[in-house]
Amino acid sequence: MSGRQPVLTMTAISKSFPGVRALDGVDFRLFPGEVHALMGENGAGKSTLIKVLTGVYGNDAGVISLAGQQVSFSGPMQAAAAGVSTVYQEVNLCANLSVAENIFIGREPRTLGAIRWGEMRRRARDLLARLDLHIDVTQLLGTYSLAVQQMVAIARAIDIQARVLILDEPTSSLDATEVEQLFRIMRHLRDEGIAIIFVTHFLDQVYGIADRITVLRNGRLVGEYPTAELPQLALVEKMIGKELDVLESLDEHAKRDAREIEAGTPFLQAEELGRKGSVTPFSLTIHAGEVVGLAGLLGSGRTEVARLLFGADRADHGKVAVDGKSAPLRNPIAAIGHDIAFCSENRRTEGLVGELSVRENIILAMQAARGWLRPIPRRRQDELVDKYVKALSIRPADPEIPVRNLSGGNQQKVLLARWLITEPRLLILDEPTRGIDVGAKAEIQKLVVQLSDGGMAVLFISAELEEVLRLSHKIAVMRDRQLVTELVNDHTVDADRVMQTIASGTHHEGPEVA
Amino acid sequence: MTTTSLTPTRDWWRIPQRYVPVLATLTLLLVMYAVGVSQYRAFSNVQVIFNVFIDNGFLLVVAVGMTFVILTGGIDLSVGSVVAMTAMMSASLLQGGMDPAAVLVIALLVGPTLGFLMGCVIHFFEIQPFIVTLAGMFFARGMCTFISKSSIPITDPFWTSMAQERIGDPRGNFVSISVLIAFVVVVVGAFVLAYTRLGRNVYALGGNQQSALLMGLPVGQTKIAVYAISGLCSAIGGILLSFYTLSGAPLIAVGMELDVIAAVVIGGTVLTGGSGYVFGTVLGVLVLGVIRTLITFDGSLNSWWTKIVIGGLLFAFILLQRLIGIRKK
Amino acid sequence: MSTSKVRWAAVTGHSLFWPVVALLALLTANTIYRPGFLSVEMKDGHLYGSLIDILRLAAPLILVGLGMTLVIATGGIDLSVGSMCAISGAIACLHISQQPDQNALGGVLVALALGVGLSLVLGAWNGALVSIIGIQPIIATLILMVAGRGLAQLITEGQIITINSEPYKAVGVGYLLTLPISIFIAVGVALVVAAVTRRTALGMIIESVGGNAEASRLAGIRSARITFLVYVISAVCAGIAGFMVTANVSSADGNAAGLWIELDAILAVVIGGTSLAGGRFSLGGTILGALLIQTLTTTVYAMNISPQTALLFKAVVVIAVCLIQAPAFRAKFARRGPAAPAAPLAADQPKEQVPA
Repeated sequence: MSGRQPVLTMTAISKSFPGVRALDGVDFRLFPGEVHALMGENGAGKSTLIKVLTGVYGNDAGVISLAGQQVSFSGPMQAAAAGVSTVYQEVNLCANLSVAENIFIGREPRTLGAIRWGEMRRRARDLLARLDLHIDVTQLLGTYSLAVQQMVAIARAIDIQARVLILDEPTSSLDATEVEQLFRIMRHLRDEGIAIIFVTHFLDQVYGIADRITVLRNGRLVGEYPTAELPQLALVEKMIGKELDVLESLDEHAKRDAREIEAGTPFLQAEELGRKGSVTPFSLTIHAGEVVGLAGLLGSGRTEVARLLFGADRADHGKVAVDGKSAPLRNPIAAIGHDIAFCSENRRTEGLVGELSVRENIILAMQAARGWLRPIPRRRQDELVDKYVKALSIRPADPEIPVRNLSGGNQQKVLLARWLITEPRLLILDEPTRGIDVGAKAEIQKLVVQLSDGGMAVLFISAELEEVLRLSHKIAVMRDRQLVTELVNDHTVDADRVMQTIASGTHHEGPEVA
Repeated sequence: MTTTSLTPTRDWWRIPQRYVPVLATLTLLLVMYAVGVSQYRAFSNVQVIFNVFIDNGFLLVVAVGMTFVILTGGIDLSVGSVVAMTAMMSASLLQGGMDPAAVLVIALLVGPTLGFLMGCVIHFFEIQPFIVTLAGMFFARGMCTFISKSSIPITDPFWTSMAQERIGDPRGNFVSISVLIAFVVVVVGAFVLAYTRLGRNVYALGGNQQSALLMGLPVGQTKIAVYAISGLCSAIGGILLSFYTLSGAPLIAVGMELDVIAAVVIGGTVLTGGSGYVFGTVLGVLVLGVIRTLITFDGSLNSWWTKIVIGGLLFAFILLQRLIGIRKK
Repeated sequence: MSTSKVRWAAVTGHSLFWPVVALLALLTANTIYRPGFLSVEMKDGHLYGSLIDILRLAAPLILVGLGMTLVIATGGIDLSVGSMCAISGAIACLHISQQPDQNALGGVLVALALGVGLSLVLGAWNGALVSIIGIQPIIATLILMVAGRGLAQLITEGQIITINSEPYKAVGVGYLLTLPISIFIAVGVALVVAAVTRRTALGMIIESVGGNAEASRLAGIRSARITFLVYVISAVCAGIAGFMVTANVSSADGNAAGLWIELDAILAVVIGGTSLAGGRFSLGGTILGALLIQTLTTTVYAMNISPQTALLFKAVVVIAVCLIQAPAFRAKFARRGPAAPAAPLAADQPKEQVPA
């Protein structure tokens, strides 16, 4: 590679938001005719880097050069005009327009202001033929599959003489054959000399197509590697890192003994539970008093498993039993009826009602279960709220202020309190410690231990392996929307072992590398 | 999730889904016409159809403007009031002795200006179109009575000649000049929607505003433009109405916005935007006109049945849209 | 910032600050224009005066506004209330007109029951379209807005039914304990609605559904039922308002009864500080909004301006109120005012904005 000039270089890019340093001196190089995977976990800075590149955000420091010229785009439009086009995860086209229009809208061929439809269709057909896609371009885009829509988006992007094509998680809703179609086109474009930045969470896909990999973690550059020289395990390690800093409370619960719990009666048994396009059928058993950790990279299907177990999404495969009896969890109400609670990872959109007060948010689920005709007496509300505001040390301790005015950690505690007062038997926590400060994090971890000691089952989802290892009796490992294996969290299990499993997708006995 | 095949999913006997509502309206219209012809001998007279156009020419023009607005996913409640305001203003200016040409120019400027302002408020301050055009409706209706509390007759020779001119055989089958103007508006409207960037941007905006933004389309300009266009169409409609009634009355065209919205929806335009045709709107206006004609011919049915039938059709077409929407997912 | 400044900011920042100022300004303007405006006098055991008139005439709007508040709080809208007024008034008047003795209390009560019953059915229709079939509220209620006028005329057979029934008339213009009965009805309904929403958990659950529908679903709220219920409540409120509107003039006119009341009601709700996007609602605010609108109308009458021209003022009020409430507008002019107290949130947001 050294003989060639990079088409794009980003040098020492920094970007801060109030309270968080999203990018810290990141370097990035992209050569013509390569597929370059940009990898990193949640908060690593991938999205920010791309947004800085395309001008959505301005950068605080650093230089971007495109083909040797220093550039600074005002927005995605200007970036596209200069040859840096982006195709997003969700297809950002109009399903109600024809394929041809979606490729050319805004740049239609015209005579005296009138669009030349014939020529537009012909050019659309030619362009798609270049991508080896032969479809009827007069049909509405919405009548085609997501994969085809994705390719039409790519066609639109490359028609603007693209030199750099950014594919931001283009495969997250595609199935295997669709992914293969997409890869064919990516290879085709690569061979034409276009440089492709490929963002994905699927390890197999990275090794299937990428020439080089750049890994980011916590806003910093970890490194840039040729794919062939970076084994999967090494990649996972570089993405997740080893954060052994918050270990004070680890000792007492270092290895939680799972045997006696496993011997007890199971609380919930999922058998071949699955949903098409979301998560491959899996089986999972959770016992009373057991903490089951769900490990895996972002996008590996962790949240999807949680949503199925709570009835937030409806499963189209398999069955669930609670206390040994069949319990179809069709919707959240059904799950709540079986004493299952769920704290979503998206606190603001799926958890709290921002306008309502802390008190109202805390009693919401309990009130919903009682029905609106049987209000919880105000005295009882105040007792409950007081108890949990104190127990979880929610700050500020005024239960009447709108919950949106609280910090992230306190919002998380409010959401926890909402479910704790319903005294669930299974608590599903999806990324409960994300985006909150270290103190609140430790408090929530302690709480999980206390709850499970009290007999509550907990499904604990976290991107941080250390946290999962510390708290769980059993760890279920997810990879590419599949539950690949379950590990009993005994002395043989450590972060390396889990990472190996994530990386290889199989259960290894020894420390061999895939 | 849709299927993985490369071929589009087609059903409805190979009729593309986007044409289903329009075809449903066309079928409905033909059935209603057939019923009319079979029940009343005079119904088969060609002049009956011409009269439908003559009586609903201004409605048609306003409906074309509304089609633009609804295609973007918006709504314009001010049209009825703007029609009345334009008619009032023309009548008042003519009464004051102003030159008809100047009156036409002024009348045609006020509607679009109000529309432009409403569009600006909708776009820049992100207030729902419903509320903004409601204020526009209040404003224009208030202007009517501000101009005059009672109806003003129009005696201007140009206006009367426009009102009385019959095109075709004056003793046989004829249409008024208003019908021709309405046709010109329909053709221009259809052309703009199908063959100009503005028109295609209207569809894109109604399909997915977020995508339209990311594709670099001028979302704000388009949004403001459709309300200005609707204002222009209302102004033209107001002038046609003043040709038709030869007066300006402060309480004329009250509730017309509902008829217009109903016509557009029955014509197959989806209220959430992004799908529909001016041709469908023409059919929708015709359906409304034929219902009124049928009820007039019947004699035993009363005028309120018009509203009930329109409400029923509105329900049927909204349900149809909803079903097609579900099928897509 | 000193305490007095903070307190002042709290007062001016309150959602009802500007409506109250506007109401006071209107009352002041009236008093200057007509010094006897505020005086209330006792005649024949009844209180008379402009203020009493405003209260009496505002009663139907308050009723419709109360129902509309709940609908808007769920994030919906009910355009059909005007038609509902006409329908319930029409069916009640029709029933009374068919009685041998129009003054018989029994017949009038049956008439009222018929009106409320029909409103329940129509409200259930709206509720079903929105909550079961899933049609957007503005579109679903548009159907009944169009067809409802026709139904009302169908009931009255296109005539204006004139009745001569003292008990029915009393609903609109009767007096009880020196005050118009309609005021008691409006206050009574307001108290019932307040009790139903604030003494039970209904109010909070409505606010939750309107504030964040997905979070509410995941908290186990049966939002379809709640949505259905608010449209029924709105319809019943409109039905009762329909009695007043028709009783005021002792006749039912399918075309004119309750015309444009939906727009005034929406306006009253918005002035009252309930956001059209749904969420937190204020019944008191809506009542204040309704009073403000009625005072404006009365003022315009008193100043010999045509009632239609009053619409010009309403247009100005609508735009002013919406602009003040619009986040985009506030953002554009925020630099002049004190900073919004949402600082803790700002620190949290970027963290969630940078998922890689």
